[in-house]
Amino acid sequence: MSAPNGSTSGLYSKALFTGLWRENPTFRLMIGMCPPLAVTTAVKPALTMGLSVIFVLVCSNLVVSLMRNLLKPHLRIIMFTVTIATFVTICDLFLKAYQPQMSEILGAYVPLIIVNCIIIFRAEACASKSGPLVSILDGVGMGTGFTLALCALSAVRELLATGHVFDIQVMPKAFVPWLALQMPVGAFVTLGLMLGLINVLTRKREVATEDPEATVAPSAPAAPVPATT
Amino acid sequence: MDRFVALLMGFLSVVLVNNFVFTKFLGTCPYLGVSGRMDRAFGMGLAVTFVTALSGTLTWMVDAWVLTPLHLEITRYICYIVIIAGAVQLVEMYVRKFFPSLYEAFGIFLPLISTNCVILGICLFLDVWGTNSLLEAVVISTGTGIGFTVAICIMAAIREELALADVPEALQGAPITLITAGLLTLAFMGFAGMIK
Repeated sequence: MSAPNGSTSGLYSKALFTGLWRENPTFRLMIGMCPPLAVTTAVKPALTMGLSVIFVLVCSNLVVSLMRNLLKPHLRIIMFTVTIATFVTICDLFLKAYQPQMSEILGAYVPLIIVNCIIIFRAEACASKSGPLVSILDGVGMGTGFTLALCALSAVRELLATGHVFDIQVMPKAFVPWLALQMPVGAFVTLGLMLGLINVLTRKREVATEDPEATVAPSAPAAPVPATT
Repeated sequence: MDRFVALLMGFLSVVLVNNFVFTKFLGTCPYLGVSGRMDRAFGMGLAVTFVTALSGTLTWMVDAWVLTPLHLEITRYICYIVIIAGAVQLVEMYVRKFFPSLYEAFGIFLPLISTNCVILGICLFLDVWGTNSLLEAVVISTGTGIGFTVAICIMAAIREELALADVPEALQGAPITLITAGLLTLAFMGFAGMIK
């Protein structure tokens, strides 16, 4: 998909594509776990949430990258959070105005994007060290990876809990809905099993390719959560 | 007396019935990340309890006495996050001075409490639930922190046992922790009928 034909374009495509799978925030890094668990009862709110996160992530990455030379070490975190809070306010007001129904469903989880580890983690690990273009691409990649994870999780939960996805009936009429999947327990167990499945798949691939890099958890100065402790 | 009972009910409700970790998925990051060992989990719980109590109360006061009268609700999130970051800074300095060993053990997690969802969560939910007295705000935000401590300690105790268990290879680490968390959620649902 990405053929790096020069060091710069290689850098750009790397920034764009690492977030999709190799460092997927939800499935590989296990950061920012609240939304994947909380808003994935159906695909629509999950998608709205994902798009909001992409918007906030791209904007905050851009701003942080532009002011990276002004950052003071001890004031860094607070500068990041205030930047993020500004964009989240914009996003929240936008949703309230144009998507009132979604805003109602997502409720407090929209403002909670402020404390989503992904955004502050990318600000720290990428945007505060790289130029604006790389930061934007990184934001798009990471945000899309996050959105895909949300959609995958919510599709499974909505399908099994109600029998339809995106208001389209998928399961036969005789299907008995698994209501438990709409409750909190469904979120935890589905995500756990999905991670297990991904472990199986990646392990197979690692054995096949003997790629030592893939097993090493990406290290960053402020990786909020070590993947497995 | 009625007021006391109402406060007690509110307190029990956020600790058991509306436990933030189990019903609202807030604070899942430290819940899965720091719950490897009991002592660290308990320390983390205490630190979070202190910060939630402090910042829940402070944000309620700022919201009710400054932002609402001045019609500055639009800056609410920014104010909240600044207050929380200040409170976390305070706790960090305190722990570093008086409990250096605990400070070492926390490492990066302590400054990251400021990005812990439980704390911003309680500030936002105090608003959603329409808390209308200072005492109520104090009790509920303290209760939320205690609820988090209860959740993370139960999880840590289970995970200490889980380390000895024979878990299928693919589920080792995070997946089994999530599934355990799911089962715990199921157990805590039993409290749902206790308080309306």
